[in-house]
Amino acid sequence: MTLVVETRSAGVVHSAARGRRRRQRLTVLAFLTPWLLGVTIFFVYPLIDTLYLSFTRFDLLSPPKWVGFSNYVFMATKDPQVRTAAYNTFWLVIVLVPARMVFGLAVATLVTRLKSGLGLFRTVFYLPSLVPPVAGVLAFVFLFNPATGPVNQVLAALGLPEPLWFNDPSLAKPSLVLLGLWGVGDLMIIFLASLLDVPREQYEAASLDGVNPWQRFRFITIPNISPVLMFAAITGVIAALQYFTEAVVAASVASGQATTGGGNSSLLGYPEGSTLTYAQWLYNMGFKNYYLGYASALAVVMFVISLAVTLVLLRRARSLVYGVEGTR
Amino acid sequence: MRITHGRRRAPALLAAAAGLSLLMSACGSSDTSATAPSSSAPAKLTGTVTFWHFFTDREAEGIQKAVDKFVALNPGVKVEVKKGQDDDKTIQAIAAGQPIDVVLSYSTDQIGKFCSTGAWQDLSAYIARDGVDVNQIPAVVRDYTQFEGKRCSMPLLSDTYGLYYNKKLLAAAGYSAPPKTMTELTDMAKKLTVLDGKGSIQVAGFVPSFGFYENAPAHFAPSFGATWFNASGKSNIGTDPGWAKMMTWQKGLVDFYGYDKLTRFTSGLGQEFSADNAFEKGKVAMMIDGEYRNAFIKAEAPSLDYATAAFPVDDAKPELYGSGYVTGNVIGIGRGAQNPEAAWALVKFLSTDTDTVVGLANAIKNVPTTTPALQSPKLEKDANYQTFLDVFANATSSTTPTTASGKAYQDTLGTFTEQWQAGKVPDLAAGLTQVDTQINDQLALGQAP
Repeated sequence: MTLVVETRSAGVVHSAARGRRRRQRLTVLAFLTPWLLGVTIFFVYPLIDTLYLSFTRFDLLSPPKWVGFSNYVFMATKDPQVRTAAYNTFWLVIVLVPARMVFGLAVATLVTRLKSGLGLFRTVFYLPSLVPPVAGVLAFVFLFNPATGPVNQVLAALGLPEPLWFNDPSLAKPSLVLLGLWGVGDLMIIFLASLLDVPREQYEAASLDGVNPWQRFRFITIPNISPVLMFAAITGVIAALQYFTEAVVAASVASGQATTGGGNSSLLGYPEGSTLTYAQWLYNMGFKNYYLGYASALAVVMFVISLAVTLVLLRRARSLVYGVEGTR
Repeated sequence: MRITHGRRRAPALLAAAAGLSLLMSACGSSDTSATAPSSSAPAKLTGTVTFWHFFTDREAEGIQKAVDKFVALNPGVKVEVKKGQDDDKTIQAIAAGQPIDVVLSYSTDQIGKFCSTGAWQDLSAYIARDGVDVNQIPAVVRDYTQFEGKRCSMPLLSDTYGLYYNKKLLAAAGYSAPPKTMTELTDMAKKLTVLDGKGSIQVAGFVPSFGFYENAPAHFAPSFGATWFNASGKSNIGTDPGWAKMMTWQKGLVDFYGYDKLTRFTSGLGQEFSADNAFEKGKVAMMIDGEYRNAFIKAEAPSLDYATAAFPVDDAKPELYGSGYVTGNVIGIGRGAQNPEAAWALVKFLSTDTDTVVGLANAIKNVPTTTPALQSPKLEKDANYQTFLDVFANATSSTTPTTASGKAYQDTLGTFTEQWQAGKVPDLAAGLTQVDTQINDQLALGQAP
């Protein structure tokens, strides 16, 4: 009897616990629902749809038709422009991202050392990053106009060569890097915050130990700000892989075709394809030529590369970032 | 245990998402049906017509006046006009299933896609039922308003290209007439060019750079009789000698200036569609442009002493003189139109009613696209505008072919010309053959298997 009662009461307790757990799960699910809906609608569905479309011929106006791997074959064997676009994008990842990080860190370090006018200089360096990208590029290209721009006028006055800047295929990408350095305020401000957060005692102790400035930077500053550096590297690489607006506007303005109304210069990647990025080519094939199936294949490849690079960086972060569990 | 559940659920979730994806893809674009017209035109039109067009400002006012006239004649119809809608917007709207009754596009480049996909409805039944004489439309225009025999659009004014020349600069250099051949154009361009003490270009006789203003291979092609595709629909650029001749002529003039020097000069010129246009400012003595430039000059540089002529032609083909590149606006009925009868009535009115076409041509300063409108005494014209009417009427004037892949083939050649003029193509013939291969590959990419 006792046994039966105990079993029954254990069953009731177990059932009540199950009910409570279910209610808890439902509560958690209810709180998660907005996020789940957002991720499903704006990430999972587009991702799966893009993957499916990459195996089809699709022009937006008629139903997609399954073509297997032919879009990927075309990409690998019959599209010389995608190679140009991939090269330019890779170049930007390799040069633009480190250049912006180094310059941003240098400016932030400089600002921390100012005895006075910290607020003013912080504002001055940060302001360009607040300028809308299109307006910023327009102004920058006009500044570097080979014939009428003030930069070349100053160079001419000094008797120096006057480069063609955005009109020269060998200088167009470096000019975009200069543009990126001009707008480095976004990085500078997070580096600055991070630098100001480094414990002063460590510097004081290092001074007592007689370390030189380089050793101080290498063994105190870098370790302390390494999580921020890693964050800047990952977001910078992802942004460079998707580099679009600045290149399109610069090419449009430099080619003199900014007012054709097509929204995209007919001279894509002007001059001579030197500013054609992967994202531009994807957009052009998808929304100018309406090869949506092929554009989806390009998007899938870009997604895979972005994911792979991010994973590699995150994996490396474990050994590079100080303070991460299980490292240094 | 939970992991196992997760593993079981993951494929199911993926399959569900894939199914949803397929469903939504299909929903977005499966409706290719067009409404069949009734056997006779309705006695009285009623309802609302949505009309999307790309014009803005002064030109949109011209369109609105024509629409108002249509509404006055059909008081039962209300027309909802949405201006400033370019091809990208209309294509995406139609693809999303948004019903647009009447669509006006500024480019003939997408006609192949519009017709072949049914995004724009086939107008043949309406045309036959109402007895519209399509022969009142010149052959070159008939060509660019249909695709593979399917007429899904009607023309609404045309752009025709010719030579603009600065009479004052030509007179100063001892010329009293414009060039008629490429040799004459080259010689005059050289003589009209003014350099400063450092050798920098101050005034260019003719800027040959592809990409400068209206300098596109398509616009020069009629002067060399160059054709884009052969009879079997394959790219003809490497085979038709006209293209090689064009490239050789163009590069010769680029080299006269020096590519870097020319780039530096053009980079300092004003934007094409601004009051700083180089021709309007007297920085360029001759250039190729459309008839619309007359209106811009009148508004922005009224004191400019200029004239117009047909664009010079290949020396070996003098019979081509008088021809030029022709393109234009096209109007049609969108897939899923809610009021197709009234939509067709508006399309027919705007594209074939003589007074309306003339009124639009006078307002927008484009070339009218029907013979009665071209001959109408109400058409306002002076000598500079007449040039373009003559080029338009020339039997050898031509346009760019419509393809189901839009203008990708023109972009491919455009990419090549950039390399070519920079001196980075050692073998022209091989380069043009490579362009053929790329264009054919791209066309195949756009075709369903």
